Amino acid sequence: MCLRFLSLCVLALFVAGCAKHEPAAIAVTTVHQIPRPAGVLRVCADPNNLPFSNQRGEGFENKIAELLAQDLGERVEYTWWAQRRGFFRNTLKAGACDVVMGVPSGFEMALTTRPYYRSTYVFLSRKDRRLNVTSFDDPLLRKLRIGVPIIGDDQSNAPPAHALTRRNIVDNVRGYTLYGDYSQHDPPARIVDAVAKGDIDLAIVWGPLAGYFARQSRVPLAVVPVSPEIDQPFLPFVFDISMGVRRGDQDLRDQVEQVLEKRRAEIDRILSDYRVPRVDQEKGASGV
Amino acid sequence: MITIQSFGFRGAAFLACLLLLQSACTRKNSQPQQTSPNRVLTAPTGATVSAEPEDGQWTMPAKNYASTRFSGLEDINTGNVASLKMAWSFSTGINRGHEAAPIIANNLMFVVTPFPNIVYALDLTQPGAPVKWKYEPNPLSSAQGVACCDVVNRGGVYSNGKFFFNTLDNNTIALDAASGKEIWKTKVGDINLGESITMAPLVVKDKVLVGNSGGEFGVRGWLTALNAADGKIVWRAYHTGPDADVLIGPNFHPYYPQDQGKELGVTSWPSDAWKIGGGTMWGWISYDPEQNLIFYGTGNPGPWNPDQRPGDNKWTCGIFARDVDTGDARWFYQFSPHDLHDYDGINEQILMDMPVNGQMRKVLVRPERNGHMYVIDRTNGQVLSANPFAYITSSKGVDLNTGRLIYNDEKKPEVGQVVREICPAAPGAKDWQPSAFSPKTGLMYVPHQNLCMDSEGLEANYIAGTPYVGANVRMYAGPGGNRGEFLAWDPVKNEKVWAVPENFPVWSGALVTAGDVVFYGTMDGWFKALDARNGTLLWQFKCGSGIIGQPVAYRGPDGKEYIAILAGVGGWSGAIVAGALDPRDATAALGFVGAMADLPNATTRGGMLYVFALP
Repeated sequence: MCLRFLSLCVLALFVAGCAKHEPAAIAVTTVHQIPRPAGVLRVCADPNNLPFSNQRGEGFENKIAELLAQDLGERVEYTWWAQRRGFFRNTLKAGACDVVMGVPSGFEMALTTRPYYRSTYVFLSRKDRRLNVTSFDDPLLRKLRIGVPIIGDDQSNAPPAHALTRRNIVDNVRGYTLYGDYSQHDPPARIVDAVAKGDIDLAIVWGPLAGYFARQSRVPLAVVPVSPEIDQPFLPFVFDISMGVRRGDQDLRDQVEQVLEKRRAEIDRILSDYRVPRVDQEKGASGV
Repeated sequence: MITIQSFGFRGAAFLACLLLLQSACTRKNSQPQQTSPNRVLTAPTGATVSAEPEDGQWTMPAKNYASTRFSGLEDINTGNVASLKMAWSFSTGINRGHEAAPIIANNLMFVVTPFPNIVYALDLTQPGAPVKWKYEPNPLSSAQGVACCDVVNRGGVYSNGKFFFNTLDNNTIALDAASGKEIWKTKVGDINLGESITMAPLVVKDKVLVGNSGGEFGVRGWLTALNAADGKIVWRAYHTGPDADVLIGPNFHPYYPQDQGKELGVTSWPSDAWKIGGGTMWGWISYDPEQNLIFYGTGNPGPWNPDQRPGDNKWTCGIFARDVDTGDARWFYQFSPHDLHDYDGINEQILMDMPVNGQMRKVLVRPERNGHMYVIDRTNGQVLSANPFAYITSSKGVDLNTGRLIYNDEKKPEVGQVVREICPAAPGAKDWQPSAFSPKTGLMYVPHQNLCMDSEGLEANYIAGTPYVGANVRMYAGPGGNRGEFLAWDPVKNEKVWAVPENFPVWSGALVTAGDVVFYGTMDGWFKALDARNGTLLWQFKCGSGIIGQPVAYRGPDGKEYIAILAGVGGWSGAIVAGALDPRDATAALGFVGAMADLPNATTRGGMLYVFALP
């Protein structure tokens, strides 16, 4: 509980920290006040990234978008763009669409709603290996072949790599780029395939990806939340996820939040169908 | 018909000029760089360059293989440049960053636009230079999503009746220069793996040389040679991994012990990190016909953070000398071993012979991203000197005994820790924007930036569904408050001679002419002519958009000298305008937006070619 509050605090600090550094004088503002077309909920989404979204509408974000549109009395229309560097610039900020179904709460490039779920990075391994790794401090991590997602934005990387490096676990770690080969289906999922095939013993990946593909896998896979939830010096493994609209689009944000509140039970059911590991549901605390 | 006039160099060169003139005229339809006898131009400082006779054309972005960007034309000179006027212009219709050099051959001017990489051939024999042909490669639109930074293109090259260029989606294309008809098109990389191409190819003998971009996406860098006649790949040299892939064999003799040994492209990385290790090649290649060697640098290691890739991470952030026919590596030197700051080593190198400690040496001179002006013996890779040309805190110089950069440990960026005043910032003291060298003044003209950065804590981020926190990098002007500088450097004395501070980073290339005029552009759209000897501003013209292109000089069919430049702001530094980024998002474009928040007030986007002449 304490840790969860801390995680929120950490995120709040990021937001405050970022706001503090806004340049003082800006004569030209690029906030887009673009009127939304009537009857259409325009969603910016990746066409090839399950379990989140794909062009066939098979992701949980596709399903939730349908719910959202129903309540707003609209139909869903997608702007497809690979969700990598430039995604927000070319879709949401360019005015091509109006809502992104999943972003970290307080994310700088969008105006975010209250979070609608909180998930965690997980240890993913074959059940038949019986590894039972639950903590970054497990000595076994020095011996296993470990896969981590890498991003490669300079000086940025996914938290598992940092947590391992801090413990001097480097040589037995293999990186799987989140970009992957975009001609294949759902490129970030290759790390899960690698666990199933035995190329690596253990992967440390974001929960929703692991939960969904572990469920699809023919080889039974174990999904275990990592601990600690926040590693030193300030490295969170637990993230609140919100929906994002364009900065300045308060109206749409408020409308979306109302639907999130009203449809909470159905949204929870969808997330559960997709095996999204949740860390916000004890004591019915969903959507804190 | 191209009229060739004498160059007006001092002294006894006159007779030589006449002979060269004759040879230039008799072979005007042949390929100049292959058949002409080179001459040697000697500067007052004793530095000399080998150069083809001035034929009034501009067939490759660097003008010649020594990469001097020096035009022998002198009609426009310090005495009359003040009356330079716009002769004509041409809109490319594209709003992204225009980094290309216009290419001039056989009375045609070739312009390659940023994505979607349209090629225009303009007919210089007609009033207003109308479009003679247009070629549209129709690159995959998804290429835009995977390309780093902005979707720039650094231009094409003319050789032997063909025009060669690259597309963002990894095609190298040869066109018939006269008609625009496609002769061949070869796919050399895979956009789905994050590879893209932004560089201009270089043609040497019968080879077209091309490298990849995309180090940020975990690609493995390479340079490849295609057969100019049919586009078939002749060789490919990777910049990480096993010796066999890097084309390292028995003829590889690097100067320093740390570069000698087997399989360093594997062993200087943890486990198999070299497979996604970066070391791309998207900058400049020079060629020394005497040694039959090409020289070029490699990009930064990626995509791991430094502490996740212990080792020198070979062969990233360094320079290779290779046999152009086989790709065989001859020597290598690493500017930034185990790179900490994103200092890609893809900058230009200018080939010259000059006295070093009283002895003539065959050298290459390279203003490097890490802020040092390297003078390297191009026969063996020995660093002869590496003096700072910019403000540096990230390192404490280069140990000339070991050749190693001496890092300043206090400026090592670490996630979650605040590190202030890392200078130069990630774009380096100088990025891709190429320098020029005048054999008349003996000076190099270096457009560059003066930026520092803070790595200060963490920011929530999101890629492909995965949330994470990344370093929050902010860039800002270095000492003096000017974000850019245009400087003249004497490579023999190894010192700065004069410098002009510029408010914005100087992201355009430089051009210097035998008229002792040096040209460059600013990101707020001023195209400037300075006195090459003392930096006095002699003329300037305000273009419609900021300038990040490469100026060139040529002689028109009417016998007049012209100066051409593409305006159109963008690139990494100008992404805030070209990509309409939010100035409040200081850490966008990897922190560059923070340093450029006022650029949208100073310029707007829009690609336009400007051509100038005396009235």
